[in-house]
Parts: sequence; structure tokens; C-alpha cells
Amino acid sequence: MSNLAGVSSTLLEASFFLYLAATILFGGSIRQKGLRDGEGLNRWGKLGIIVTVIGFAAQLGYFFTRWAAAGHAPVSNLFEFTTFFGMMIVGAFILIFFIYKTAVLGLFALPIAIIIIAYASMFPSEISPLIPALQSHWLAIHVTTAAAGQGILGISFIAGLIYLVKNIDQSVSTKKTKWLEAVMFFIVSVIAFILITTGFAAADYKAEFDYVNKEGAAANLEFTVPALVGPNEGSLLTEGKMEPLAEMPAFINAKKLNTVLWSLIGGVVLYVLIRLVTRKRVAALLQPLVQKISSDLLDEIGYRAVLIGFPVFTLGALIFAMIWAQIAWTRFWGWDPKEVWALITFLFYVAFLHLRLSKGWHGEKSAWLAVVGFGIIMFNLVAVNLVIAGLHSYA
Amino acid sequence: MGKVKCECGHVNPNGTILCESCGRALTEEARQEKLVDMRYEGSARRSQTYNKTIIDKVWNFFSSVKVGIWIIVLLLVAASFGTILPQEFYIPSNMPAETYYEDVYGTFGKLYYMIGFHDLYNSVWFSALIAALGVSLVIASLDRVIPLYRALKNQRVDRHESFMKKQRLFAEQSGTLNASELENVKAELIKKRYKVRMENGALLAEKNRFTRWGPYVNHVGLIIFLLGALLRSVPGMYIDELLWIREGETLQVPGTDGTYYVKNNGFTLENYEEGEDPEVFDEAINRVGTVAKNYQTDAVLYRDENNELPGAKPELTEVQSDAIQVNQPMKFDSFAIYQTSFRQDEMKAMHFALTNKATGEEYGEITVDLFDQQKSYELGNGYKVELLGYYPDFDGFTEAGEPTSKSPLPNNPAFLFNMVTPETPEGEVSFAQIRNTMEPLGETVYKMAFKSLDTRDVSALTIRKDLTLPILAIGGIIFMIGVVQGSYWNHRRLWIREKNGQVYVAGHTNKNWHGLKREIHAVLKETSIPEPEDRQKE
Ligand code: HEM
Repeated sequence: MSNLAGVSSTLLEASFFLYLAATILFGGSIRQKGLRDGEGLNRWGKLGIIVTVIGFAAQLGYFFTRWAAAGHAPVSNLFEFTTFFGMMIVGAFILIFFIYKTAVLGLFALPIAIIIIAYASMFPSEISPLIPALQSHWLAIHVTTAAAGQGILGISFIAGLIYLVKNIDQSVSTKKTKWLEAVMFFIVSVIAFILITTGFAAADYKAEFDYVNKEGAAANLEFTVPALVGPNEGSLLTEGKMEPLAEMPAFINAKKLNTVLWSLIGGVVLYVLIRLVTRKRVAALLQPLVQKISSDLLDEIGYRAVLIGFPVFTLGALIFAMIWAQIAWTRFWGWDPKEVWALITFLFYVAFLHLRLSKGWHGEKSAWLAVVGFGIIMFNLVAVNLVIAGLHSYA
Repeated sequence: MGKVKCECGHVNPNGTILCESCGRALTEEARQEKLVDMRYEGSARRSQTYNKTIIDKVWNFFSSVKVGIWIIVLLLVAASFGTILPQEFYIPSNMPAETYYEDVYGTFGKLYYMIGFHDLYNSVWFSALIAALGVSLVIASLDRVIPLYRALKNQRVDRHESFMKKQRLFAEQSGTLNASELENVKAELIKKRYKVRMENGALLAEKNRFTRWGPYVNHVGLIIFLLGALLRSVPGMYIDELLWIREGETLQVPGTDGTYYVKNNGFTLENYEEGEDPEVFDEAINRVGTVAKNYQTDAVLYRDENNELPGAKPELTEVQSDAIQVNQPMKFDSFAIYQTSFRQDEMKAMHFALTNKATGEEYGEITVDLFDQQKSYELGNGYKVELLGYYPDFDGFTEAGEPTSKSPLPNNPAFLFNMVTPETPEGEVSFAQIRNTMEPLGETVYKMAFKSLDTRDVSALTIRKDLTLPILAIGGIIFMIGVVQGSYWNHRRLWIREKNGQVYVAGHTNKNWHGLKREIHAVLKETSIPEPEDRQKE
């Protein structure tokens, strides 16, 4: 049994490194000449996609061995769900790749998937038993379909991002360059979060606090990174650890806020460092990589990904969700924050489709919309799970 | 209503922009344009034609996609506001909303409550937005689908060259069409599943026209869904009741007009245990502590055969018995009973012993059922205990020294006993609680000593009937069919014709131009027919 779990995590690690290797191969492919719209793939590109597919197969192996070890589909906690989401981005990339044969897409899609999988591993990764609310076949059906939809929509974000990196004039500083840098900063912050969390985990940092929780009761909390902000009426129990600089009121979860603060500070440091060393905007650094791909094709890929992903997302995140909610929670809809944000995501992409169809929002506008849409998806994945306390756990 | 007759002889409805049959531009504006707007084939839409009466104006307002998008965006933004703080139905039910938001979230919470965001999704304006969405869906769809249907049905094979020239994919070359070559092209196109029509030496290849109806199908599904949601407020369509039922109790199932009764044969709460459950879970169980595995009420459902007879005593016959678990509701008729919540170890009965304070000798034990007390308890040999007062949720004494009860729930039961013994035939008064006895009326010889407590669990079951579900399901299915129909195919057309020594080729698709270009390239690459070029490329 636990043997299988071991095989499973090895496969996950393997896929992680295979994706890294594939990224490098795709990087090599665009350095070669002759990859314009309509021309075939060169050898690097072919190798890149082969390695990607092997990596994807390894991750599927992780998924099913873990399923066998746990006895339920491994989409039941944040680690498992986020990992699966990363896998779906790779899967969606492979799908779109076989339609459009564009190596540049891989150069961006794989790093995003890698960051997401690394982010996933910051959460407790042991196999957990299912609480009663999750004991249903609908867990697998609803969550995998929803994540697949989000993964495909993720490709539209990646196409949009490439479009913006390519087409936004970097010779002057404008509102657009600033917004694009904001997106880059966000990605850098996630990387910073991963580095900081991994660093303190390696150093085995632990600081325990007694505090008074929202219900006014005494409670206990362990920080795994130094507490910049501490819990309500908290007192540090572990000796020799940092005292918080500020104390939060009871309704704010100090531990989560602290993590966000660390990520932002880390993000700023990392971002400023990049800017100082290269003397360029991050988007300007990336721009040379994407010169050869046709903007028209990017626009088409972005739209196509929304067209393919939107029905899948609707089916998984709304329709299957409603069926399950009717069974597990007695009602198909209850305005729980997670539900509401799935609806908001849906409505956003509805607006996207209608804007494109009737207002002719193609090209750059469409690319911005795709970026915002993915922002909403990530918000639902990260913020709604971590910050807004919802129903998505029973009892 | 006027009609517009085109040079080609076809009679078009008033307001048509491009002749339904040959495609000639019928308005001055359309004649000027470099590329025609093909979204609705230049058909006559009511909203583009009439703008006089109030009805016209309302129609035009709601048929505008711009307005539709505004409604969608407003809904989206509004919905997000409702997630900033928990909605009223998620706050603890024992705290009034008026004070809860301010107490927990300070001034911001107070403001949130005052604006009404604590119950946003039931607010009038939110409902109005949804209603506007529904109206807009209906009108916008009607405005387009009928003219579009007409235009696609009436289209001719040999379109006017002015129409072809204004297509996004277009090529023109002097020369003539080679009949056998055209036949080959036709065969290739048929292989690619085009429907090909040839007339007067012109060719029209078309495929997947059905995908154009996708948006309308999905809008219809959505409308059905919204109507279904509206039906919920019709009496009898929807029942949502909560039933707290103690172990051993048999209660009427609310919402069934007394037809059904349910008995709780026991509530079970199981947690995952190391050693018992698969080893892979050990690590998680160790980290989190307890993880719940099962909440279950063993329930029996009865029907009251005498329900129709007024005044008759219920006569219960068993209908079914079932273990109700989360995710496994008990179903009967159109009802479902769900395991929703529970309370463990509610007090059921208390045991006291009549005890001589000095010697500690006991003269018998009484059991007081908290839900069914006796007036007096005989202990034999001249010993007896009378119950003078029962305070289920004891809350202290009034100024006059009267014990008070906060609620009828046995949360903190207390009793006033009168102890009658051969020694004290007048009786002595003892005030007894769990682990505590008092003597409110003065020193006594005997006391009622607390011995033990019986408890039992209480299940909360939700009784639900929702007759709107089939309608919602139909709406949902139609919606999904429409979305897939509109998204996973595209409507492609290719026109080839020769006129006055010129060959014209034009292509159109409603989306995915790359796909169409690739397909046309494959068909025309080995022929003398020019491949149309994309004139919208940067
Ligand atoms: C939540 C609400 C809505 C959903 C889920 C929805 C869904 C869709 C979808 C999926 C499409 C096809 C888009 C594409 O293929 O690119 C579409 C098209 C369309 N929708 Fe909606 N829609 C909604 C609301 C509205 C509203 C309020 C209007 C009113 C103005 C509207 C008007 C249209 C129109 C005019 C089309 C284009 C039809 C065509 O050109 O063939 N929709 N809708």
C-alpha cells in the first residue's frame, strides 16, 4: 500500500523534471531559424513535445497510483487539486499543440504548469482520508472536469500573455507596460513564495502561538515562517523565534496573511533584483523569445482555447457541481463563496465570448481579457480557498 | 411592412442589408463598406429597422448585446460583493445579524449590513438584474434567429460578385473555370464533408450550418433554467424543512401533511482510526487529529394509514428503512431526507438517590425522564419523592427566590423535589442539579443526591422536495447541447464562380479562420483556381 504511494510521489517528481527539460527543449527550438506560422516543427520542437508527453504520462501515472493507494481520486485536498490543475494545463497544452504546432506556447505553458505544481507541493501532501461530504463518485467527476476546463482556459491565458509580451511596445513606459509588469510581478511573487516556504521548511522553522480566536476561545497555532504579523492576543511559545511586528484582529487569519506578506516582500525583492541586473522590464526580457510567432495565430489559439474550455468548465464547475451539491448539501445552489466564484468565472467568460462576437474585441483586448479570466480562476483557487472561509468542508 | 426588392428579383423583408438570395448590398452604407458584416448575414433584424414606438425602444434596448454584456458584468461584480463577508444564512444562527456584523467585523461590517450586502442574493435589485438578463436573452435571440434562418435558407449558389469581393477571404483572377477541375474540387470538398451545390457554373460549399443555432439553443436552455428557478416560489413546488429528531423518537415528517413519520433508530458518528483504516491515512490522521468518517442516522419511514380520517389515531406501517448518510439521502415519493447535522449526548434522563445526609444511607433511586416527568415517585416503605418543579434550562433565581428556565431545552436541568419519609412526613424541599444539591427552604435531613445521567444523540435531518429539478435539468441539458453545438464546430462556406472572364473565390467562417484557410489550401493548392487571401491580417 504505502509502497504504491512511494511510487506515486516518485512519478510526480519525474514529471516535474521532465517538464523542466521540455521547457529547455522548446527554448532551443525557437532559437533555431525557420519557425514561422505554417512551417513545420524543427527537431528541438519535436523533442520538446515528446518529452512533454512523457512527462504527462508520468504524471498520469502519479495520479492513478495515488488513486489506487488512497482508494479515492486524488483531488480531495489543496495539494492534490492544485497538482491536478497543473497536469490539466499540460494536457490542454498538448491538445492545442497538436492542433496548432506552436513551440512558443510550450515555452510559456510548461513553466506556468511547473510553478503551479511547485506551489501545490507547499501544502500538506500526505494522503488524507475523505470526510463524509467528499465520499461520493461526484468528487472525481466534478473536480476533474472543472480542473480540465480551467486548464484549457489556462491556455487562452498563456496565448494572451504571449500576445501581450510580443505586441506591447517596450520602448516606452505606458499603462500597458505597467499592467503587464504587474502580471509578471504576480508570477514572480508566486516563485518567491515557493522559495521562501521551501527555505524555511528546510531550516525546520517552527514558532508556536497561543491566541484568542474569532469565537473568543483560546487556541493554538504554528507558524512555519517567521511571523511578521501575529494572531489576535497571541503569545509566542517557542523560544528564540521572532516576535510579530504587529497583531491582527481575530477575524483575520494571521497565519495566512503572514504568508501573503512574505510572498509580496519576496516578490518585490526578486523582481527588483531582476530589474536591477538586467535593466529591462521582465516582459521586455521575454519579448525576443516570441518574435517569430504570428499574432493572428496567437489570437486564434486564445479564442479556440476559450471555446473548447468554456463548455468543459461549465459542465464541471457548475452543472456537475450543482448535481453533487443537491446530493451532499441538500440544495444545488447555496451561494457559498466557492460556488459564487465559479459563477463569476462563468459569467466572465460569457462576457468574453459576447465581447468578441459582437464588439469585435480581438487581438490585444481579447488577450487582456484572457489574462483577467485566468486571474479570476487563480483567485478562486487560492484566495477563496485560503482567505474567504466557505462551506467547502463539512463539519 | 415594406419589402425591398433586389435587382436579382428576390423580395427581401424591410431592413435587409444584404440580399438574402444573391448577397448584393441593399443599403448605401453597406455599398460603401470594404468588408461586409457577416454576423447575421446582413439580414433584416427588427432592432435595426424600427425605432419609433416605446415597444421598439424597449425591444432595441434589450436586443443590444452591449446591454446584455453590461447586465452580465453587473451581475458578476454584484455577485462578488456578496462574498466579501459571509452571507446572513451562514452566520451562527444564535446571533442576530444586526449586531453580528458590527461585533465581528467592526465598522466595515456595520456598513456591509446597512447596505444590505449581508443578504445580497435575495435582494430586489439582484433579482431584477437576473430578470433583466432573462428578458434580454429572449429578445436578443428572437431579434436574430428568425432573420438569420431566413437568410441562410434563401442563399443562392451564385452570389453577386460585389458580395464575394467584400468577404474577408477573397481572391479574384482573370480566366475561366475548368469544368473538370471544378468537379475535382467538388469531390475533395465532399470528402471534407461539405455540402456542395452547383448552379450556373458556380459552386457553393457549406458545412456545419447547424452550429449557427448553438447560441440560440443555449439561450433557450438558459431561459428554461431561469424559469425553473422562478417556479420554486410557486406553492407546493418546493419544501425545505429541518427536523431535529432524538434517538428513539418517531416524528411526523414536516412538509408531508402528516402522511409520513420517521423514526430515529440511532445516530452514529465514526472517525478514522489509526490501525483500523488503511495505513496510508496514518500520517494525515496524526497531523490533523480527528477526521470524521461517517455521520449516519438509521431511520425508518412510516406511512400513517389513518391520515385521511379526521380525528383518528395514527396507524403507522413501515415503508422503508435506511441508513441516511451524507451523500446518501433517503428517498421516497418526490422527497429526500438528508443527514444535515447532529448534536451528541443530549441529556435524556437523570438518576437521583434519596439519601440521608448524616448516615449517607440511600433509600432508593429515582429516574427522571427529562421529556416525560412523573408527579411523584414511590420508593416504598413510606418513602416517596414529589416533583415540585422542573427547570430544563436553569438560569438562576428571581428576586423572589423562584428558579427560572431560559428555554424549554434540557441544557441545564434542575429540579425542586419534595422528599417524604417516615421521619419527615410533611416533606423537605431539595433543589437538585447535576452534581449539586441545595436547600432553598432551610436545612434538611435528607437530600436528593445526583447519581448519573443518560444521554442520547440528536440528528438534524433536512426534508427536501424540489419539483423544479426536472425543469432545471432539462434547461441545463439544452444549455450544454447548445454551447457544445456552437463551440465545437464552425460554419464554413466557400464560393467559387466565374463571371465575364473573371474567377472569384470567397470564403467565410463564423470562427476559426485558420482552420478554414488550411482546408481551402488543401482543396485548391493543386488547381488553377486562386486561393483566397485573408484581408484582415495585420
Ligand atoms: C449567462 C448568460 C448567457 C450565456 C451563458 C450566453 C451564452 C452564449 C454563448 C456560449 C454564445 C456563443 C458565443 C460564441 O460562439 O462565441 C452566445 C452568443 C450570443 N449571445 Fe449569449 N449568453 C448569455 C447571455 C446573453 C444575453 C443577455 C444576450 C443579450 C443581449 C446574449 C446575446 C447573444 C448573442 C446576440 C449571441 C450571438 C449569436 C450569433 O451571433 O450567432 N447572450 N451566448
